[in-house]
Amino acid sequence: MELYATELMGSKAYDLQGNYVGRVREFFIEPADQPNRISHFLLARGHFPPLVARHDQIASVSVGEIRLNVSERALHLYEPNESWLAVQKDLLDQQIIDIRGRKVVRVNDVDLLELRSNGNTELRLTQVDVGLPGAVRRLLHGVVSPAMIRRLQGGLPQSTIRWEFVNLVEPDPLRRVKLRITHEKLEDLHPADLAAIMEDLSAAERQGIIASLDEQTAGAVLAELDERLTTQIVEKLDPSKAADILEEMAPDAAADLLADLPKETFDEVLEEMPGQEAREVRELLQFDPSTAGGMMNPDFAFVGEDTTRDEVIQWMRNQDLNLEQLDTIVLVDKAASFAGTVTVSRLLLASPDQSVSELKMEPLLNLEPDAKGDEVFELFDKYNLRSLTVIDEHKHPIGVITVDDVVSRLVKSQ
Amino acid sequence: MDWSAISERFATVRSGGTDLQKRIRSLRRRLTLLLAVVGPGLITSNVDNDAGGISTYTQAGAHYGYALLWSLIPMTIALYVTEEMCARLGVITGKGLSDLIREEFGFRPTFFVMVTGFFVDLANVVAEFAGVAAAMEIFHVSKYVAVPIAAILVWALVLKGTYRQVEIIFFFACGFYVTYIISAAMAKPDWLLAARATVIPSIHYSSDYLLMLTGLIGTTIAPWQFFYLQAGFVEKKVGPRQYPQARADVLVGSISCMVIVFFIIVCTAATLYATGHRDITEAKDAARALIPLAGKWAGYLFAFGLLNASVFAASILPLSTAHVICEGLGFEAGIDHKFEDARIFYGLYTVLIAVGAGVVLLPHAPLWKILIFSQVGNGIWLPVVVIFILLLVNRRDLMGDYVNTLTFNIIAWVTAIFMIGLTIFLSYASLFQSSPPAP
Repeated sequence: MELYATELMGSKAYDLQGNYVGRVREFFIEPADQPNRISHFLLARGHFPPLVARHDQIASVSVGEIRLNVSERALHLYEPNESWLAVQKDLLDQQIIDIRGRKVVRVNDVDLLELRSNGNTELRLTQVDVGLPGAVRRLLHGVVSPAMIRRLQGGLPQSTIRWEFVNLVEPDPLRRVKLRITHEKLEDLHPADLAAIMEDLSAAERQGIIASLDEQTAGAVLAELDERLTTQIVEKLDPSKAADILEEMAPDAAADLLADLPKETFDEVLEEMPGQEAREVRELLQFDPSTAGGMMNPDFAFVGEDTTRDEVIQWMRNQDLNLEQLDTIVLVDKAASFAGTVTVSRLLLASPDQSVSELKMEPLLNLEPDAKGDEVFELFDKYNLRSLTVIDEHKHPIGVITVDDVVSRLVKSQ
Repeated sequence: MDWSAISERFATVRSGGTDLQKRIRSLRRRLTLLLAVVGPGLITSNVDNDAGGISTYTQAGAHYGYALLWSLIPMTIALYVTEEMCARLGVITGKGLSDLIREEFGFRPTFFVMVTGFFVDLANVVAEFAGVAAAMEIFHVSKYVAVPIAAILVWALVLKGTYRQVEIIFFFACGFYVTYIISAAMAKPDWLLAARATVIPSIHYSSDYLLMLTGLIGTTIAPWQFFYLQAGFVEKKVGPRQYPQARADVLVGSISCMVIVFFIIVCTAATLYATGHRDITEAKDAARALIPLAGKWAGYLFAFGLLNASVFAASILPLSTAHVICEGLGFEAGIDHKFEDARIFYGLYTVLIAVGAGVVLLPHAPLWKILIFSQVGNGIWLPVVVIFILLLVNRRDLMGDYVNTLTFNIIAWVTAIFMIGLTIFLSYASLFQSSPPAP
């Protein structure tokens, strides 16, 4: 039968001889041992020191009554243990991440399943209740009889999350290790979803999650997160960790983030970044964020205009390119000046020996770094661009603005 | 490809601009930073001057002239102290007040706070729509036209707007409180006398006077505002680094709120009290009485101020209430959600407005009883909320180094106990009184 943590709270426990031992005040899980088994029951009686019953000392569990298969003398005194997850204290009323639903929810109650084997009953945590039935139980437990509550909740819409899809949020890193809370499952979410989840959490919880993600995911999440939060997060990170994360980000996103930091944090983080990345970021920071220079990404793919299609493909295979985002390649002439752009789809359909200069997009579009944001938007709108090359006064390409940069500026300026 | 040539060129590209340009840019950035924080404090404090508030201030000025002005300074302190704690809670923890109550005190206390809050706020919303009806009466518009229009406007504003747009509209609404300053100036008060009465307390030991004083404080510090204020800072994602700006916002808000109260009392004291119209019990009567005394426009501006305050509060109260309840009980909330995703939120919001406006339209609505209920409800609700705030703000595990200092704790507890005492007194007096608490 399905049991609920709330209705078992306060149940009386009796030992093997039928002596009253105490009332159940808390359930613990020992994640290092079994991630979903109730490992210990906290039994309290009056002003006596509370006792703990282990899972293999439980004979039967029902609402209002718990029977042990040992005598009271076999039980140990309760001592707080950081590596135990307390159902009432750590779970009920707290926020958790629903991995499948990709959102933050609050726990109303916890559903338990009985597993009986000879003379022993184990409770397994099956799902957390985030809906009305759990709320009704919390409200009425101890006021109305459990049977009455069960009848009342019957008609209510269910809203539960299976325990496997629950990701706990624990800001304290030491406790997180002890409880075996990892955020591996979060790393599989889309960074934008993860960013949205983080916005619903408290500052300390956000910090905890960022700290435990791998640098690449952390960078992707920071790029999606509200900029007011990214500065708060980066400020509190260890500068070398912050630098590691920023390295994983596109230089323009990293520059935008750094630009909002206070001076000293800014210097500390930049200090920790390797020369090449730090220089790119510094150079980008020279530009006013509202101009073409401030929007562009200095990391872009470019090839000589007299290269053939196959040479380009071969070259692309050997580069560490962001294939999710790449749709245009910049062409340069012998003097390293801007010679045009080629879309990847044209490249795809071209014959192997065709020179890329024959595949160039017309007209030849580019902008100077100090061009105003409005000019950028107009060009994108007029020519339905997905990317636009920024060139310096000697016509050398120095960066590319992509359509996602334009969209995020437009959304921000709304 | 000649990469070194490009990167060399790259390095030479500089468009940093001149020093002046840089300085302007940094100034602009700092201004944006400030504006990114300011808002919740200013808006919350100004919503305090809602329909019920304006009625109370009007009575205070009409019946006692300048004699109650001294209470504004201690009230400013009390308002600031309580609001500052909420702002701090929001900025440091990044969580709303009902979130924190739920996490730290459990389901049942939260449920109690939410249910009480719902009914008290509903009564308050009725009072706001009654304010709309009263103000429009001065402009000769029937309440059967004015109230439904106001209700639909308020309802649509939140359903169609984003948080930022709504905040900008609220900023404008704050601006309209200036009408009271103009009304006061037109009433030609004795400024010197008013200034002296503000600084030097004059305490009368009559029960009417004490009741009036309690009413003043009761309408100024309402429990729902703490939830709104904290949610505002959380929604704006204000962090610990911007805490000084947030505190400044709360301070400016508290002071500006009291400045408006000052002018309302001065306006009515200079006209109604001075000419013996001391039996005024409602703001609309004050507006009407002002017309022959200080000119048609003084009266109209006074009524317009009332209208603005009522509509303003009528939009914030249901929004804040629905938000608080959903947040605490774990339902999807917030105006950035779609209707299907946040049914309970939008349902509560709609019920609050529909019932609030509907009651005012009932031909024989017991408005007076509802107003008493809202005052008593505030009185019961306030101590609970303030104690929760004080307990939370002293938790080192939540607040770190931002827990209350000893001095601040003393001021805060004294304020809390004083406010609790006064509101219990007010609730008691309102319950056992058959006629309006007006003198």
